[in-house]
Formats: sequence, structure tokens, C-alpha cells
Amino acid sequence: MTTPILEVRDLHVRVEDKDILKGVNLVLPPGEVHAIMGRNGSGKSTLSYVLAGKEDYEITGGDILLDGESILEMEPDERAAAGLFLAFQYPVEVPGVATMTFLKAAINAQRKARGEAEVTTPEFMRLVKDAGSRLNIDSAMLKRPLNVGFSGGEKKRAEILQMELLQPKLCVMDETDSGLDIDALQVVANGVNSMRSSERSMLVITHYQRLLNHIVPDVVHVFSDGKVVESGDKSLALELEAKGYAAYEKDVA
Amino acid sequence: MAMLDTPTLKENIDQETVDKVRALDVDKYKYGFETLIESDVAPKGLNEDIVRMISAKKEEPEWMLEWRLEAFRRWQTMEEPSWAKVSYPKIDFQEISYYAAPKTTAGPKSLAEVDPELLATYEKLGIPLKEQEILAGVEGATGETATPYGGNVAVDAVFDSVSVVTTFREELAKHGIIFCSISEAVREHPELVKKYLGSVVPVTDNYYATLNSAVFTDGSFVFIPKGVRCPMELSTYFRINEKNTGQFERTLIIAEEESYVSYLEGCTAPMRDENQLHAAVVELVALDDAEIKYSTVQNWYPGDKNGKGGIYNFVTKRGDCRGHRSKISWTQVETGSAITWKYPSCILRGDESRGEFYSIAISNGHQQIDSGTKMRHLGKNTTSRIISKGIAAGFSDNTYRGLVSAHAKAKGARNFTQCDSLLIGDKCGAHTVPYIESHNSSAVFEHEATTSKISDDQMFYCQQRGLSEEEAVALIVNGFVRDVLQQLPMEFMVETQKLISISLEGSVG
Repeated sequence: MTTPILEVRDLHVRVEDKDILKGVNLVLPPGEVHAIMGRNGSGKSTLSYVLAGKEDYEITGGDILLDGESILEMEPDERAAAGLFLAFQYPVEVPGVATMTFLKAAINAQRKARGEAEVTTPEFMRLVKDAGSRLNIDSAMLKRPLNVGFSGGEKKRAEILQMELLQPKLCVMDETDSGLDIDALQVVANGVNSMRSSERSMLVITHYQRLLNHIVPDVVHVFSDGKVVESGDKSLALELEAKGYAAYEKDVA
Repeated sequence: MAMLDTPTLKENIDQETVDKVRALDVDKYKYGFETLIESDVAPKGLNEDIVRMISAKKEEPEWMLEWRLEAFRRWQTMEEPSWAKVSYPKIDFQEISYYAAPKTTAGPKSLAEVDPELLATYEKLGIPLKEQEILAGVEGATGETATPYGGNVAVDAVFDSVSVVTTFREELAKHGIIFCSISEAVREHPELVKKYLGSVVPVTDNYYATLNSAVFTDGSFVFIPKGVRCPMELSTYFRINEKNTGQFERTLIIAEEESYVSYLEGCTAPMRDENQLHAAVVELVALDDAEIKYSTVQNWYPGDKNGKGGIYNFVTKRGDCRGHRSKISWTQVETGSAITWKYPSCILRGDESRGEFYSIAISNGHQQIDSGTKMRHLGKNTTSRIISKGIAAGFSDNTYRGLVSAHAKAKGARNFTQCDSLLIGDKCGAHTVPYIESHNSSAVFEHEATTSKISDDQMFYCQQRGLSEEEAVALIVNGFVRDVLQQLPMEFMVETQKLISISLEGSVG
């Protein structure tokens, strides 16, 4: 049996004395795209932050394995170098740092951590140009400070650009569709779909079914009150859209 | 939608960050070596005899001695200023030695005569002193060698109280440029020194400037004749080495009509438990249509993590835009010193003259910085621009203090001021104290100020992309100071970026 890219085992997480995640179990084999759907406050974003290693979250039980190895003791940058990428719901502004400068710093930091040689400038320029053209990102945008004054669509496209350049094993996308109009959604979805491969897994977090028309998942999980309450194939998303979350929450109760 | 896209920044940094800041190690000072060379040190204390001794050591003419004595008498009647937001134990001016000179510097004729320790020191400092033979004053050696910075940079190196070497002099002389130590200028160009010394910062200006006038030991002298554009960067490196010595350097730069010069000073000192005093005076004079660009990278020893030791840096720097359409631009990167008290200023006397001040002031550990500028608009249609970026980490205090004033005759004066502060951790402080005095209704002064923190969200975002905590802080800070970095000469920009990273090492993780 192949080792899953991501395995979450009975994960319990607390924030300021409040239990947020109450026993999450997930298994993402290589090549699969899983969607997590749930209403606001169900703990979806918390899961994405905990996977990426954000501070302020107390893990009270369970484990997270990336490629079969526990990552709980790893710093966020170590997890990144190990191949975990989080596309943020609200990408953070970094004033004064040109997007281009940031991209190169990120690529080189990860290469350094893995003991690889730094990217050469011509190679870097080629990579950025290729990925940028697929995402409608021009050089003018790359010269601007990262995320500063970017529109909602620009921010999300910049996230996917970083994802393409860093070539992670596991892509976690937190509400990547929020703040996007139909056209921008299509561009972002195309970017994501072009990255689907048999060696990579993706976890798509959303509360709307519409994103899943563009990025078609292999498995859909319904998230409620800090855990997965129902899993199924892509038709579950449509069913959920029709019935509403309440139906599944009652199942639990 | 705009609301949604704005990340929420946390007001308080969590406990772990605070702990890390507390554990920060400012002992990693890169320049904290001491050079063991024989030196000639004056006895501790200050009196007229010491002033006479300094003057005699420098073989000065009588008028210079009188000038010093007048300053000394005046200084005895003055009080140390206390208005700055800095605190330190009272300085005992009688416990300091006012003169120290490396013994071997009296006109070496060959490289062998130069103390090898001194040459090793230059290497450690990374001074662009590839041309060490030239530095050592070997006859016939020319300064055609490229420096590590890739361009030509003429250097004057001041070690404790004495200027030990000046490079590229012959090349500069071809253009009529004088670049030498101030001691030499007093002897060789008395007419210029008499005319300009003290004409910008009067002997009676302030406590430290007056003290400097009495006991100044060395520094650089630059004269750019009319119509000449100085073909290379001029640079001075100052280093305090001896124990318990003060360094009182004096720099005088004169740019005649339609001339241009770019000048850079760098400062380092060894690590010592005692505090050392540094009280410099820099005077700049720009005549009609002349431009002086003065850049400083100050990296004096800041003291250890408990605030022990470090340099007290009390400096008076002032530029006089004496001529019409003249321009003086100060750029400073302040990363060192236990205490910094420094306000590089411009007197905008000539009509349409322009003053600029670009500053990056980084404080970490227990450093205290009170720095800023003064822009005094006297002439018509004078303009000035102030961009100050203060970064406070650890337990430090970082104050911007600035004055912008317009005289009744300064019709159409304009100033733009921007002061940004960045806090790292929650045990440090940033303060902005702007003073504005306008006596002219047509003057337009604008002031903008911001204070921000490196947020946990920014750190997490950068780390999620693979940057370590230190790489993330360096990247964010370099972004924050970008406007000012761009003002530095190209050769020094990269070095300064590195210095910023080193200064903030351990500030978060």
C-alpha cells in the first residue's frame, strides 16, 4: 500500500481553552484531490493553519503525518520545505518587498533547507514567466510589493503562482474561491488543475459548491463542529448544496 | 470586499516571541575585535595642558591652538544637555583620555614599517583597502586598483585619534580636489581651514561640539574646487581602539560653485565593558549650484545584551547650503552605539537650495537612539525632504526628533516629512517628536507618521513559504527601509542590507 501524502489521525486542537477540532481523521493518497466543506466556524480554517504549523494552537491529541512522518514538531518553514503549501484565504501584505523578490527568497529558502543549489536568475525568470502567463500575471504586478493594494483576484492568483513555483507535494487551499468573480475563478481553477499529478495531493477547503465545478474532487468531506461527519464522492457536494449543512449536523446529533 | 482582503493584524505579540526577544544575543557584534598595537596615549583628564599637548602633537600653528583654548574655556562654562530621550550615568570627563595614536604611523616609508596588526585590522573591517601599499604610504604606489565594492573609492582611515592613511590622493589632486586628514589641512591649507572651520557649527554651538572644538584629534578634510565633479566616492573609516579614549573627529567638506561630491563614513569599535565616548563634528559647505551627498553607516559597538559597554555617540552634523540652488543630502544607517544623539541638519540659506535627510535607525538590545534632523529654511523657495525609518527591537528606545522651520524671508519654503516606525516585540519603544516653526505664511510643511509592528501573521506567511524566522524579519525590515536604502551609493547598498540583518539577529527567533 502506498504511503498517503497526508494523514490526519484523531486530531484534537484547542485555542484559548476552547476545543476547536474534536477528532479529525483524513487520508489523502498521492494524486487525490479532497474537498472539505462546512459552514463558517466549523473549524475548517483552523485545520489549515494547524497543518501549516501556526502558533497559538494547542494540539491536545492525535497526529499529522506528511509522507508518513509526523510533522507536529516541525516549524512552519520546515513543513514548507518538506512540501506543504497553504494558499491563504487572506494573503498577507508585505510592504516594500517586491513580489519578485519574495518569490525568489521563498524558492531559495526552500532549496537551501533541502540542501539544493540556489535558483539561477535566468532559470528563475523563465519559471516565473511561464507560470505567470498561465495565471494572467504580468511583470508589472510582480514588481509591486507583495499583496499590497492587490485586488481580491490578484491576491488569489499570486497565491497560486507561488504554489506553482514551489511545486509542493501537498497543496492546502483555504477558501481560494472567496473574493473571486467568475472569470478569475476560472483562471485560478485552471492553474490548480494544471498542477494535478499522481505525486501530489490537494485539500480544497470551501463552503460553496461552485468551486468544485471547476476543481473536481475525488472525495468530499463534510465538516461540522470540529470533525468530519460525512464523506463521499463529488455528488456529496451537490447533495449538500441542496439539503444544507443542517441535515448532516442532525445526523451526528 | 476591501475589508475582507485586509488581514487582521494582532495588537499583541505572543509570549514566545517576547521570550525570544529577551534571549536575543547582541554579543554577536562582528567588529568587536581589539587590535593590539603599541600606541601613544595621553594621560586621562582634560585641562589646558592636554589641549596644548594635542595641538603640539599635531604640530599646529598658534591660531589653531588659540581656537582650541577658546573652545575649552567656553566648554567649562557649559552644561551637558538633558532634553534628549536617553538616559545614562553621568560621564566623568576627567576619566577619559583625549589622545591616542598608533605609534607606528609617523610617515611609514615601506610596508614593512607599518604595524602588521594595523593592516590586519583593515582587512577585518573590510575597508576597501586592497591597495595596502598605497595606504601604507609607499612612495610611487598608485591607486588604480579596483576595490571590493567594484568601483573606485578613496579612503581616509582614522584610528583612534589619528588619520593613518588616505588613498587615491594623486588621482584626486589632478582634478584639484583636496582629500586629506584635517590635521594635515590645518598645516597645508590654513587659509581654507581658517575660512570654513567653525563657520557651520560655531565653537559655541553646543556642549559636545564645543568639547570637540577643544580636543578634536583628526578627521577628514575635503575641498572640491569650482566646477569639478568628484570622480569617485570619498570615504572615511573611523575606529576607536584604545581603552578609555574618546574619539573626537572633525570633518570639513567644502564644495565650491557647481561642484559635486559623494562622501561616505563608516564607524566601528571593539567590544569593551566600559562605555566609550564619541563626539564628532561634521561641517558641510555648499556654494552656488553645488551638491554634497553625505552617507553614514554607523556601526559602533552597541554594548552587550545587558546593556553593558558600548559607544556613547554624541554627534553634531550640519550642512550649510550657502549658495543658491545648492543641495545637501544626508543619508544615515544607524545600527550601533549604546546611545545615539545625532541630528544631521541643513541650513537652507541660498535661494532655491534643497536639503534632504534619509535615515534608517535600528535599535536592539538596550540601545537608545534619539536622532533626527533640522531643516532651517532661510532662503526663498527652499525645499526639504525628510524620510525617517526607525526600527526598534529588544528593550531599546528609538526616538525621531526633528525640526522644520521657515524664516520670515523664506517665501515659498516647502518641506515633506515622513516618519515611520516599526516595532519588533513589545518591550521596545518608538517615539516621534516633530517640531515645526513657521514664520512665513507661504511655507508649506507636510508631515506623515506611522507606527507598525511586524505582525505574527506576516511572520507566519513568510515562514509558510519556507523562510526562517530570521530571513523573514530581514526581508520585512528591508522592505520597510527600502525608500532610504535606495538613497545609498550602489556600492554600499548590499553591504547595508546585510548589516541590517546582522543587527536584528536574534530579535525574534
